[in-house]
Amino acid sequence: MNKIMEVLDNMEYGPAPEDSAIVRDWLACHEAGFGHFIDGGFTKPSDPFEVTNPATGKVIARVSQGAATDVDAAVKAARAAQPKWAALSGHDRARHLYALARHIQQHARFLAVLETIDNGKPIRESRDIDIPLVIRHFYHHAGWAEIMADEFPGATPHGVCGQVIPWNFPLLMLAWKVAPALAAGNSVVLKPAEYTPLTALALAEIAREAGLPKGVLNIVTGDGETGALITGHDGIDKVAFTGSTEVGRLIRRQIAGSGKALTLELGGKSPFIVFADADLDAAVEGVVDSIWFNQGQVCCAGSRILVAESVAARFTELLSRRMETLITGDPLEKSTDIGAIVHPVQLARIRSLVERGRAEGAQIHQGSAPSGCFYPPTFVTEVEPASTLATEEVFGPVVTLTPFRTPEDAVALANNTRYGLAGSVWSENINLAIDIAAKIKAGVIWINSANLFDAGAGFGGYRESGFGREGGREGMSAYLRHPAPRAKKPETAPPAPVATPVEGMAASAIDRTAKLYIGGKQARPDSGYSYAVAGAKGPVGLAGLGNRKDIRNAVEAAHKATGWGVQTGHNRAQVLYYLAENLSARAEEFTGRLKSFGHSGSAAKTEVEISIRRIFWYAAQADKFDGAVHQTKSAHVTLAMNEPLGVMGIACPNAYPLLGFVSLVLPAIAMGNRVVALPSQTHPLAATDLYQVIDTSDVPGGVVNIVTGERDPLAKTLAEHDDVDALWYFGTAAGAAMAEAASAGNLKQTWCEDGAARDWTTAQGQGRQFLTRATQVKNIWVPHGE
Amino acid sequence: MTVETAVPAPAAANDLRNPGMALDLAMFEGHAVNRSAAERRAASLTTRRSVKKDWQAAWLINAVRCIDLTTLAGDDTAERVRRLCAKARQPLAPHITEGLGIAGMRLTTGAVCVYPTMVTHAVRALEGSGIPVASVATGFPAGLMPLHLRLEEIRYAVAEGAEEIDIVITREHVLSGNWPALYDEVAAMRDACGPAHLKAILATGDLQTLRNVYAASMVAMQAGADFIKTSTGKEGVNATLPVSLVMVRALRDYLDATGHRIGFKPAGGMKSAKDALNWQFLMREEMGRDWLDPHLFRLGASSMLGDIERQLEHHVTGRYSSASRLALA
Repeated sequence: MNKIMEVLDNMEYGPAPEDSAIVRDWLACHEAGFGHFIDGGFTKPSDPFEVTNPATGKVIARVSQGAATDVDAAVKAARAAQPKWAALSGHDRARHLYALARHIQQHARFLAVLETIDNGKPIRESRDIDIPLVIRHFYHHAGWAEIMADEFPGATPHGVCGQVIPWNFPLLMLAWKVAPALAAGNSVVLKPAEYTPLTALALAEIAREAGLPKGVLNIVTGDGETGALITGHDGIDKVAFTGSTEVGRLIRRQIAGSGKALTLELGGKSPFIVFADADLDAAVEGVVDSIWFNQGQVCCAGSRILVAESVAARFTELLSRRMETLITGDPLEKSTDIGAIVHPVQLARIRSLVERGRAEGAQIHQGSAPSGCFYPPTFVTEVEPASTLATEEVFGPVVTLTPFRTPEDAVALANNTRYGLAGSVWSENINLAIDIAAKIKAGVIWINSANLFDAGAGFGGYRESGFGREGGREGMSAYLRHPAPRAKKPETAPPAPVATPVEGMAASAIDRTAKLYIGGKQARPDSGYSYAVAGAKGPVGLAGLGNRKDIRNAVEAAHKATGWGVQTGHNRAQVLYYLAENLSARAEEFTGRLKSFGHSGSAAKTEVEISIRRIFWYAAQADKFDGAVHQTKSAHVTLAMNEPLGVMGIACPNAYPLLGFVSLVLPAIAMGNRVVALPSQTHPLAATDLYQVIDTSDVPGGVVNIVTGERDPLAKTLAEHDDVDALWYFGTAAGAAMAEAASAGNLKQTWCEDGAARDWTTAQGQGRQFLTRATQVKNIWVPHGE
Repeated sequence: MTVETAVPAPAAANDLRNPGMALDLAMFEGHAVNRSAAERRAASLTTRRSVKKDWQAAWLINAVRCIDLTTLAGDDTAERVRRLCAKARQPLAPHITEGLGIAGMRLTTGAVCVYPTMVTHAVRALEGSGIPVASVATGFPAGLMPLHLRLEEIRYAVAEGAEEIDIVITREHVLSGNWPALYDEVAAMRDACGPAHLKAILATGDLQTLRNVYAASMVAMQAGADFIKTSTGKEGVNATLPVSLVMVRALRDYLDATGHRIGFKPAGGMKSAKDALNWQFLMREEMGRDWLDPHLFRLGASSMLGDIERQLEHHVTGRYSSASRLALA
């Protein structure tokens, strides 16, 4: 029987290989090895390591291991090129990015084939998803370069960006990092992952072809050590990293106190919630697009399916059937659904995690895969919330399936994770879908869809999935610096509190005891000690000497005040106006308090007046700091919602005991956060006086908590606290370094500044920047059409 | 918590003719169909699978086997129908079938599809070929004739020798949610068909929403349709992949519930060899190999065959082909 007759019988697809001749020729031309791309040219290959095609195991290139001298040279080139690049008009930078986008488009198939050979992903994905998104990203950011001056007035580039990217979407992650950096006027030193450096090197050639100025983009190859040399380099102003949470933590600690800006896009264990009224076939296909996309090596993959009990059986049946039809194999085959795992090391990790799951009693359901560096599509049932496979990020085509009972149950399971990158919600009920989207703690939510990306939408995580956004306006702003004031005289460490009785305390009519303020109640410090507050002429009173247990209690109280963040902005505004009204009524008393600290009469009066105005300003903003609707794909509404961070720690500067406190706490609570505030260590009594005003202004208990005492140890406890979502520290340089390093535990967002930098009485003391810092953006994708 | 994996086992599949069942609203009311997701799946289906060289030739030949070669025009004549039937008997030029090495298989199209008054010409022209004649009926394409006349038209076409009847449903019954009326109508038509197979045209372009498409598919199957078919070819929008996906999932659900295998026929608007491959990919992926056979899958098309023939000639000669050198349908 001839072949055609045979196929007419079995109706199989047969081979449909993508031609890779041009890419193989290119690799052959570079047989001698690749150098780094520094200052517009390639260095001589040195200290080479091998790059393999995971689908075949064959060596396809030799690439240089970047040493300190290479990183130095790259940073030097980037530093030298950056001022001129930044000095170009936005239009001129736009022309360069536009040219780059054009040239990438002209080399699209070359890049797709190279990506597939280097990474193992199916050609369908590199051709139809990765590379088109890369092109879109450069075009989009050519646009941002053009209009940057109008859209971000006053903002400047950071300088030199050090960027380290992962191996799962090699060129796409490069685009996400490089396009906004260059658009904003930064120069770049980027390290691609050691498993997948080739498309970055190809892009360097394309950048050269497109006439990108020398030194603006530098690519240094190497492993994690090279990455650490870049992120730790003194000549780097901004670090951007995408990769594991573990390495993200190391970087956070490494650069703590350096003043470098940082964005992290880390791991995930994202929920994929299927309600009973969902289109189950659509949800099954969503799983295919989610965890069976890119071999499951996707940080935002829906790796935990939560399915309503009433449809769990049917859903499992449909999922199981769909899994059977997936083709795992040669990534260059056009009919391949699942390609090769990036590297045998990763394959071994996937296998070992699945075996651990099996040993714990999980039921493993698998499709088929050829031998070699391949892993079959897999779903796992009978997992508990504590199971290895339900908690560990596998980074392979492995998904757990757990039934839930009610929407509340689903949300509880969804949020029962240290991560918060993404989530997928499947329901035909718009009320339910949006409600669940709002309740999932994650930076990206896809309703009735999964893994949708666009340059016009922000992408990034909550919790230990990192901070900062890539894409959209929010992504662009991560590559811009807003002019930050510098202290003429940096804040110095305040004297240690004296917790023994002092002499010469001024007498008052009736002795007033300043306590801590926790959960809407005055609380004595756990320590039982008080410390003397100095005035112009000796001590003016005593304040509680708070300790770590007080912080613990305050954080717990803050967490209980769950209603504040979900109130309307209008309601919060009403409460804040009332606060201003009550402060105004007691303005004289507060002026007196400030005078007792040694303020002049007019300075004291001004501080109180500005405090009242500032409360008004944030009350006004409470219902106006709007999100956006991004323009992404047709028939999609992509909402960018500003959400509160959650529970924030705020360490206030020593100066401006009232205004400093108000300037930091008000933007936080106006946006719906709950706050544990450490007021001025030396003059906390203005803040403790304020709790009476807070009490009388209908601020719910737990929204503002005040712990007085020694600022830095208390701030450290907050920084280390796993249930605190963000920390603002306004104090000494040493304290800032401590706060940033200690925040690495749960990767909370930090904002650290010299406490003496801002003149709080001026415009420096308030603005949208404070609101941006007090919120995180959640992007919700809502496809529509009936 | 554990997943109850013991689902009610799908009814064992059989090759019996679909006897239909009592109207069961629970099988489709409230069944969600998400358009955006259906469109995404339809779009990626065609990029996830590819056939090349001999495989492509085989898949195109298979499409020919499944074509209901159709003429449904006001200017149809006996001669026109005879010409169409000649093409159905010999869909590919001899040098192509020889070049492909399939001369021995007696390749024909799946059926010829005509208006009732043309059935007699088609039957005569196809005598001895084994190619069934399909007739549209029931006031095609709008279907807005009194029911007794529509049933009479079916009986007429069957009497003329049609072995397959492509009926149109009353769209109003779907748009007004009058499922019993739709069920009764199709059941009566099935009855009128007697031994002839009934293909229910849903006119999905008129039904608009995919939920309507799913529900109408299910009612037609419950009423005993042997095939469900997308379109008359006369609606504003005819066969599309998302609509087809939804109908195919409906017949899969019906199979799971009853064990009866229903055929699917997209029709209208499909003109290219690429379309022929795409719809076959859909069937293969969603239903498996069996739904690539003419007894479960038909392509309602007229000009598609010409494009397939040109592609196959290119496969044989290595030169791009010209329609003017190949026989008209």
